[in-house]
Amino acid sequence: MPDAAIEFRAVSFARPGGAAVLDRFDLRVPPGEVLALVGRSGAGKTTLLKLVNRLLLPDGGAVFVEGRDTRDWEPIRLRRRVGYVLQEVGLFPHMTVEDNIGVVPRLEGWPRDRVAARVGELLELIGLEPREFAARWPDELSGGQRQRVGVARALAVDPPVLLMDEPFGALDPLTRAELHAEFRRIQDRLRKTVIIVTHDMGEAFALGDRVGVLDEGQLVACDRPETVARSKDPRVRKLLDAVPVLSRQ
Amino acid sequence: MSNLLTFWLSHRAELVTLFAQHVLLVALSTLVAAAVGVPLGIFAARRPRLGAPVVAIANIVQTVPSLAMFGFLLPVPLIGGVGARAAGFVLILYGLLPIIRTTIAGLNGIDPAIREAGVAMGMTPRELLWQVELPLALPSIVAGIRVAAVVGVGTATIAAAIGAGGLGEYIYRGLSMVDTTVILAGAIPAAILALVVDGALWWTERHLSARRTRRSRRATTASAAIALVAAVLVGSGVVAARAKGAIVVGSKNFTEQVILGELLAQTIERDTGLAVERRLNLGGTLICDRALAAGDIDVYVEYTGTALTAIFHQPINANANTVYATVRELYARSGRTLLPALGYDNTFAILVRGSDARALGLKTIDDAARQAPRWRAGFGYEFLERPDGYPGLAKAYGLQFRAPPSVMDLTLSYRALAGGQVDLIAGDATAGLIKGLDLFRLDDNRHYFPPYDAVPVARAATLLRYPQVRAALERLGGRISAGDMQAMNDAADARHEDVAQIVREFLRARLR
Repeated sequence: MPDAAIEFRAVSFARPGGAAVLDRFDLRVPPGEVLALVGRSGAGKTTLLKLVNRLLLPDGGAVFVEGRDTRDWEPIRLRRRVGYVLQEVGLFPHMTVEDNIGVVPRLEGWPRDRVAARVGELLELIGLEPREFAARWPDELSGGQRQRVGVARALAVDPPVLLMDEPFGALDPLTRAELHAEFRRIQDRLRKTVIIVTHDMGEAFALGDRVGVLDEGQLVACDRPETVARSKDPRVRKLLDAVPVLSRQ
Repeated sequence: MSNLLTFWLSHRAELVTLFAQHVLLVALSTLVAAAVGVPLGIFAARRPRLGAPVVAIANIVQTVPSLAMFGFLLPVPLIGGVGARAAGFVLILYGLLPIIRTTIAGLNGIDPAIREAGVAMGMTPRELLWQVELPLALPSIVAGIRVAAVVGVGTATIAAAIGAGGLGEYIYRGLSMVDTTVILAGAIPAAILALVVDGALWWTERHLSARRTRRSRRATTASAAIALVAAVLVGSGVVAARAKGAIVVGSKNFTEQVILGELLAQTIERDTGLAVERRLNLGGTLICDRALAAGDIDVYVEYTGTALTAIFHQPINANANTVYATVRELYARSGRTLLPALGYDNTFAILVRGSDARALGLKTIDDAARQAPRWRAGFGYEFLERPDGYPGLAKAYGLQFRAPPSVMDLTLSYRALAGGQVDLIAGDATAGLIKGLDLFRLDDNRHYFPPYDAVPVARAATLLRYPQVRAALERLGGRISAGDMQAMNDAADARHEDVAQIVREFLRARLR
């Protein structure tokens, strides 16, 4: 069995107030797979992502990335190996699009022309014409464009792992559909290990190689989309039934 | 208006120096306040619990009126005392609060998602601070620096009261001589400076806003820093070029004292050729006394009776020789030398309007005491507080006025008496305004007041080092009569003649 890119072993995490978010949680994500995690708001999906790039440390159990406990990783090095796209994107308002995308390469000490080349490459990858968009400011972009730049920024130093937190949540259905297609196109080319977190079951089905369902700190399902769609588990069914239309059967 | 231009033109060297001093004081103190305040603000933003007391202290400092702050720090060694250094320290203190507050606000105003993105992409805390947080907080920080600088221009004018120089000197000089032209000569350039500083920093703030590229922001910060450093360099160049005095002459803050200070200065310059720095118009008796003791000034003219009671807290004595001997002995114990008296007694003159004196047949203070219950009195701050002042006088003569005496500036009290706002004041026997405003001096028939012989008092160490200064000042002994002093005061107060010119003419005519 190939070494899991990401693994949760009996991970427990409680919020500072005391409420347990994850309870002896297990999960294995093989390299190159897209895992779409669904659950209602507050189920612990964002917490789960933050445990992978060590923005949080587990209270109990351990999280492994590329076979090493996150506690044993040097945090900076870990975060360079794990791209993170926030829900709010968080583009730096005082930097142009190209400066935003080039942040991590510059931190890594890349020479200027290499950074410029990489930025151009990524802009084309996400479908934004470099000549038009490189010098733009974040507040001059539409929501969808900002999301895309966020993805490009996360991919800048070509990390093997990508974490995406509700990346398409605030977009209209048409833009979202376009971005879904774009995502599949990029992933087919790059074959990264991706965890996408979403509260939208339809989106999970559209994007994930596997779909995981999070309920009350436990993984109650984790399988290919078709299998999850046929689940009889009431905790899974309530999420399925909330979706008006399933885009994939 | 033409008076003002004439004044500026005739005093252009001094104007440039004072302006340079002002700029230097504000530029340096703002620079230090920023250098200290921004890191403090960063610290307080990161650790709110430790940072809260820092903000609280800065808040409290801000509420203390600047003049009071200068007063508090007078006796404090190293950072206090008299002069530009103490003033600079106070300006730094007042600049800290706005800078700390806007730094904190700027940092806290950053969207947490932006910080999270930075951390998640593997930025170290320092990289996050320099590449994300500070650039985003910079407009806010500069806004705080702007407030500190503009307020600093204003506070620096007050600093002239403790001899820090700057444009406030003209304002204080004008106030003590009640000369509007001189006041404006200082106030207008100060206002212009404040506007220029405000404008320059507003331009900087605009050019550092988030929408600018890194390169242009770096260019703006660089040019602002260069401008600031240039201001400091040019300012200190001008200030240093004005020959640093070997001897520092001080004076209190009324006309006669300014004339006497100028007299000492010119005498030393004429007779010894040494450079003299003038720190005239310092606060009152106690400020000059402290400045002399601390070495911030080398010599000033004191009055024997004042030294006896207000400085050394000795009981009142009416014998001039006894008082002189006692005071000389007490000064000697603290390393200061009393020089021969200049030749006149500037005792307190209890004054009433000439018209009242003639109508009511008033000759002595006893006569006035009978009228007192119908009258209002107005006194200067010092006279009200000093033991040899109002408290003792009221007891000696049984004075009871209609209401507690009003407090007012000494020089203004003459005009208040002439104008009818008050009916009795305590002025100086040698004041030029007595004749000019038709005021009448009441006889101290109970001999309450001690003698107030005008005497130069100097630091013993200075006189040892420069015996020629001692010789020069001793030559002044007994050369100035009460009439001489009154004439000089009159020329300055009533005819608004230039003090330096008055003294020059006196020395040329009387002391060859």
